Amino acid sequence: MIRTVLEAKNISKNFHDPVTIQVLDRINFSVNSGEFISVIGKSGCGKSTLLYILSTMDTDYSGDLVIDGQNMREKKEAELARVRNEKIGFVFQFHYLLNEFSVLHNVMLPGLKLGKYSRQEVEHRAMERLKILGIDDQAHKNANQLSGGQKQRVAIARALINDPLIVMGDEPTGNLDKKNSEIVFDIFKELAEVYHQTLLIVTHDQGFAENTHRIIEMEDGRIVS
Amino acid sequence: MNQRLIISIARSLLLARWRQTLVAAIGVTFSIAMFITLLGFMNGLNDMLDDLVLNRTPHIRLFKEIKPNPDQPVNLSESFASSHNFIESVKSSGGRLDIYNSGAVMQAIRADDRALGLAPRVVAPVLYNAGVVDINGIVNGVDVVAEVSLFSFNDYIVAGKAIDLKNIPNSILLGKGVAEKLQADIGETVFVTTSRGEQVPLKVVGFFQTGFMDFDKIQSYTSVETAQKLMGKSANYITDIQIKLKDLNLAPAVAKEYARIFQTDAEDIKSVNAQFETGSFIRSLLSYVVGITLLIVAGFGIYNILNMMIYEKMDSIAILKATGFSGSDVRRIFLSIAVSIGFFGGAVGLAIGLVLSLLIDQIPFNTSALPTITTYPVNYDLVYYVIGITFSIITTFFAGYFPARKASKIDPVVIIRGK
Repeated sequence: MIRTVLEAKNISKNFHDPVTIQVLDRINFSVNSGEFISVIGKSGCGKSTLLYILSTMDTDYSGDLVIDGQNMREKKEAELARVRNEKIGFVFQFHYLLNEFSVLHNVMLPGLKLGKYSRQEVEHRAMERLKILGIDDQAHKNANQLSGGQKQRVAIARALINDPLIVMGDEPTGNLDKKNSEIVFDIFKELAEVYHQTLLIVTHDQGFAENTHRIIEMEDGRIVS
Repeated sequence: MNQRLIISIARSLLLARWRQTLVAAIGVTFSIAMFITLLGFMNGLNDMLDDLVLNRTPHIRLFKEIKPNPDQPVNLSESFASSHNFIESVKSSGGRLDIYNSGAVMQAIRADDRALGLAPRVVAPVLYNAGVVDINGIVNGVDVVAEVSLFSFNDYIVAGKAIDLKNIPNSILLGKGVAEKLQADIGETVFVTTSRGEQVPLKVVGFFQTGFMDFDKIQSYTSVETAQKLMGKSANYITDIQIKLKDLNLAPAVAKEYARIFQTDAEDIKSVNAQFETGSFIRSLLSYVVGITLLIVAGFGIYNILNMMIYEKMDSIAILKATGFSGSDVRRIFLSIAVSIGFFGGAVGLAIGLVLSLLIDQIPFNTSALPTITTYPVNYDLVYYVIGITFSIITTFFAGYFPARKASKIDPVVIIRGK
């Protein structure tokens, strides 16, 4: 069953410092469940800015953002945090793992925060996801003992822990070499095709984008195709 | 679940920076330990001085003072009632030193339930005979049982037993200074010359020392009956009535009332020792000020360390927020860190404070004023420990509050996009 997961309605954003520049100009699009979308565009075209608005972390915009049928505009900070926790998974260019915790615990943190499952269940689910990504043997190492590619895979596992409605990526392969980029791409592909995970990935890697289901191209704050 | 998760994250952050944490905690520990030690010691001293003055001094003393009569005949005359009368060279009259109708007065005071008890005294001026020399002195006739129970009389006794004054007839308890002058030992007999010129032998049953040299060189104690005999007076001759009240604070009012009813002079402890309470108060205040200052300094240490931790952990805070931790969750994480430093640092500080207090309690301290005290006095009141731990938690809470608020306001977008 296909439904609309995320919808952007007339989203605009201006930077005011030092002079007002419009970075996003009336963006309209929607994401359906199971889609694997890439957003491409030149550096500075506003694609990352758009992603952070869609992720609910940036609330300084005009227009409406609807996630899972709920308008994000009326929500408070704590409620938005809850939405991010429950419905959105993130993969950034940098892995952002917490060095104080083991790999397994890093993956578990958002699950523990959600509080939907018991600690044992969360741990089990985290192990499952690490297994899918082929790094379950590293689970009890500290996060800083892993290689860059492995860290990014842990970050993906962390994004998946709460079965999010949508996984968002901001240049997830930007910091990786070709081999690791391919591994990460294959993972995304597998997630989309085997597990029907909705994915929205910002990238400037043309090769990466061409292999996704749908490409949104941006230029000067507008969607051009 | 959420609270446990927050605490477990706080603990991991703490342990990852355990050296800084330790430094912060040592600051708190040190200040709490000093706070406890200072307060324990200061209040121990206060209690000792209370003991010295308050417990041994009657709350009210009734006596007759020789002074000019304020009611001169001219004032009673109706024809001069509206004029201002000046009378020069008024002399004291009526040299009676005893309290009128002392038996009835004592009965009335015993029946008053504001009074805890009373001890009558007979003050008899004498000359101690030391060979060919006579030494001026005063013999106080006391009710030993009442003095011991009300005014810690036993604390003064350095040799012999106070109760022997009652058990042995014609006995005397000499001041340490008097005994040295007379070269008298316990069991020996000393001679005193009374104001009537009689020489009376009295048996020495012990020595006392109050710490006031001039007092110990002149005074000695005997029983009320013996003193009355020395003065050649009857059994109702009482010169002083010392009263202990149930509530010290009533002393000024009750003293005035008794002076009016019993037609005597009355002195209360509050007017006599007004400066005393001020001293106790200042000492307590000083120890609190020092303790709190130390804690505030420790608080700044915690503030610094948390601020540094937040700068170091910007990325972690950003990702926690990105993955669904709200600003208030982040604030609680950093507050938990601060308060747990305060709690554990404070708890160890209490233990060290207790150990230091126990050590001070072992240091020898000899003072002539208090023959029964041999080591420095320390007060172990639980209240200081409760105040200590409460202050340490409150101070660290405030030290953590501002860094924690800063952490809660970190915008994850700025951090993540800044990379």
